[in-house]
Amino acid sequence: MWKKAIIAAPYLWLLLFFLTPFAIVLKISLADPVFGLPPYSQSASLDNFAFLFSDKLYALTYLRSVFMAACATILCLAVGFPMAYGIARSKSGTRNLLLLLIILPFWISFLLRVYAWMGLMNSYGTINTLLMWLGITDQPIQLMYTDFAVFVGLVYSYLPFMILPLYASLERMDHDLVEAAQDLGASRARAFWDVTWPLARPGVIAGCLLVFIPAIGEYVIPYLLGGPESLMIGRVLFDEFFANRDWPLASAVAVILLLLLVVPIALLQRYQAREQESAT
Amino acid sequence: MKEQSRFITSVLAFGYAFLYIPLVLVVVYSFNDSQIATVWGGFSTRWYGELLRNDQILDAAFLSLRIAVTSATIATILGTMAGLALARFRRFKGRTLFSGLITSPMVMPEVITGLSLLLLFVALQQLIGWPGQRGFGTITIAHTTFAMAYVAIIVQSRLMSMDESLEEAAMDLGGHPLRVVFDITLPLIAPAMLAGWLLAFTLSLDDLVIASFVSGPGSNTLPMYIFSKVKLGVSPDINALATLIIVFVSVGVLLAWLVTRRRN
Amino acid sequence: MKDFIRLRGVSKKFGDFLAVDNVDLTIERGELFSILGGSGCGKTTLLRMLAGFETPTSGTIEIDGVDVTQQPPYERHVNMMFQSYAVFPHMSVERNIGYGLRKEKTPRAEISKRVDDMLELVQLDELRSRKPDQLSGGQRQRVALARALIKRPKVLLLDEPLAALDKKLRERTQFELMNIQDELGITFVVVTHDQEEAMTLSSRIAVMDQGRFQQVGAPKEIYEFPTNRFVAEFIGTINTFKGRVAAKTDGGIKVFSTEAGITLTALGKQLVEEGQEVEIAVRPEKIFVSKEKPKNGEDACLQGVVDDLGYLGNRSLYRIRLESGKIIQVSSQNRRRSVTRFLEWEDKVWISWRPRSAQVLLD
Repeated sequence: MWKKAIIAAPYLWLLLFFLTPFAIVLKISLADPVFGLPPYSQSASLDNFAFLFSDKLYALTYLRSVFMAACATILCLAVGFPMAYGIARSKSGTRNLLLLLIILPFWISFLLRVYAWMGLMNSYGTINTLLMWLGITDQPIQLMYTDFAVFVGLVYSYLPFMILPLYASLERMDHDLVEAAQDLGASRARAFWDVTWPLARPGVIAGCLLVFIPAIGEYVIPYLLGGPESLMIGRVLFDEFFANRDWPLASAVAVILLLLLVVPIALLQRYQAREQESAT
Repeated sequence: MKEQSRFITSVLAFGYAFLYIPLVLVVVYSFNDSQIATVWGGFSTRWYGELLRNDQILDAAFLSLRIAVTSATIATILGTMAGLALARFRRFKGRTLFSGLITSPMVMPEVITGLSLLLLFVALQQLIGWPGQRGFGTITIAHTTFAMAYVAIIVQSRLMSMDESLEEAAMDLGGHPLRVVFDITLPLIAPAMLAGWLLAFTLSLDDLVIASFVSGPGSNTLPMYIFSKVKLGVSPDINALATLIIVFVSVGVLLAWLVTRRRN
Repeated sequence: MKDFIRLRGVSKKFGDFLAVDNVDLTIERGELFSILGGSGCGKTTLLRMLAGFETPTSGTIEIDGVDVTQQPPYERHVNMMFQSYAVFPHMSVERNIGYGLRKEKTPRAEISKRVDDMLELVQLDELRSRKPDQLSGGQRQRVALARALIKRPKVLLLDEPLAALDKKLRERTQFELMNIQDELGITFVVVTHDQEEAMTLSSRIAVMDQGRFQQVGAPKEIYEFPTNRFVAEFIGTINTFKGRVAAKTDGGIKVFSTEAGITLTALGKQLVEEGQEVEIAVRPEKIFVSKEKPKNGEDACLQGVVDDLGYLGNRSLYRIRLESGKIIQVSSQNRRRSVTRFLEWEDKVWISWRPRSAQVLLD
């Protein structure tokens, strides 16, 4: 029946090109690196995982990645929530323009936008030039290749991902509710916590997950903007794979990263499923 | 509308400045005559000229465009099917897995998707002798896989907000269900499909990490080229390229906005 | 065949929920039949089964002698007018109306002619090239109607046809629908929650609740002779007295009611036993209210006090409190023009009605 065909085509594609690869990653994570093509053995052992668990460097890197992703998420939330709120409450004509301006950077190459910050933050970059010209400092401040730069890069790139779901939730909210609360005696802060926050929560959760999950595995931003101490797990994986040619170890890194992400991804699926149900 | 609190307005202003100032600066510096990109040496368009003479960039751009168009088109077809299935077919076996498979590629870290796909291609090469040379084909497959997810979500959400009785009415009037899809459903979701295509196109054009994994020698995409240059630091011809892209995208998005505004 | 539509033992289950419970129904050719009920009673599910969008869990549906139970909607000679009208937004009025004929592969010249005829019938000729978003709600409805009728279906199903219209338009459309139905002789089945709509439009009504038909009959029968409490309360307002059957006579059933304080006589076609608990129902407009005790011996006569009153211009509504504490609603036409009110609060009054006006109800 033709219905089955419509389901089957994308289903089969995804099973083959999305799900099966994960199984292969798992298999190879159990192998050993060898010279030659392909650079992995047919054997199976937990050596790679033992190695990852024993070497403190990896544990630290995972933790740092989670930490940096979490900080970036909170920063995005701190900046993004007021912005989303402001856009949701603005007049209809302005609102479309404001939304457009949020979406526009999204269509411009991610790589180029990170690159733009390099020009701003390096020793002879715009920020330092400005600071020295203003007389605030006479030596260029080290902005590039620091954790700070990585945070800036992460927030810069992922801010639209936080704002859009937040906006969707806040836009649906009826502002009369807030006014009713204030009418009943709540202060502005109280009205926010009692009315606005709970109703915006679905958007907050979605936005946080949409930033946190990909940010953990980020490669480009820590590479271009971060220093040797801003090592993140995405870079570790990339380097193990390309620099060291150790495919099995890289696969093991990937498996552990995936396990870390299983819970957040499941949360996101549940949230999205609930959103779809309430929309019908 | 009540007036916005000053706090909110100032955060908004800061936010938009934060988003746009770097881009503006890149555009400004692309006209900088000096070699050291961040020191102003006078107005010049020489970097644009150098850009057009740079065969490597042009080849990379052309490859990226071909990949983007192909993967966007396949992703739109498959993604629309997926969106249709999720929105209109109520219960079918394996629906939860299907819906999970559709949404996961959107959030999966790119290093994981890239690594896993490369390993698949290598394994396939061992098994059936294909793909021998990694490049256009493998990158296109990789891009289609994750772009499909975005198209599916867009199409699905459009379908769910569409009055289902439209399709029922068509069936009631004698239209066989498949006929109805072509008569009614597809024309009405066409704008969503187009948006999906554009999104898939952009994502493909922009992808660095996944392409790095699944490409082979001799297949350099534009992002890969750009990355190899900016690894060494700020570079003026990249400024020029970035400006071109920024202008191109801005004009495109602005046009799209004007067109949809006029239609409404 | 006289029995044009026939439902036998039709049930529909959604998981554990029984939406339609073993329904039997026959509808004659050319009838304008309404299914009336509140939301969730199963009427829309029943309609969708007639259209073919749902398949009965059990039972059969026959139309014009053919078993259509398993037939998909695009093969049935049944057409539906949807509550949202479902006019195709990307097609003009003309193309909308002609859609069904194009699916039948009718030759183009014929389609053109029949579309012209339809446009004239629903008075949309001048708007033929317009798109739906340029039409008003009422105009869109006429497109939906024309689109369905052009296929000359055996049965036309209408889902809450008047719900989205304002009062004036509703009255006009009511009569237009009845005229069209009369002219074309098509069997109409209407689903509605609005009792006025059902009463005005239909030749027969089925009152539905919780998946079952409570009563099926002509509007007058349903209103004047409701067989159970649900039907009596659903249509118009009703006063009910609880009581026990004291005796069965030729003149009616005698029921002793503590709420009324006396024995009441009422009509009832149901089979009842002495001592059985029943209810007596009387419509507010059938009750007379006066300050003096009425003379006619046969009538039921009760004493009470005016608890509340309302003046509505053409009639007055009274709430009378009986000795037992029960409140009775009375509605009377203001036949005489006068400056002062007929009754005041706390006035002592007599209410009375003829035995023929009272109906026995079973639960």
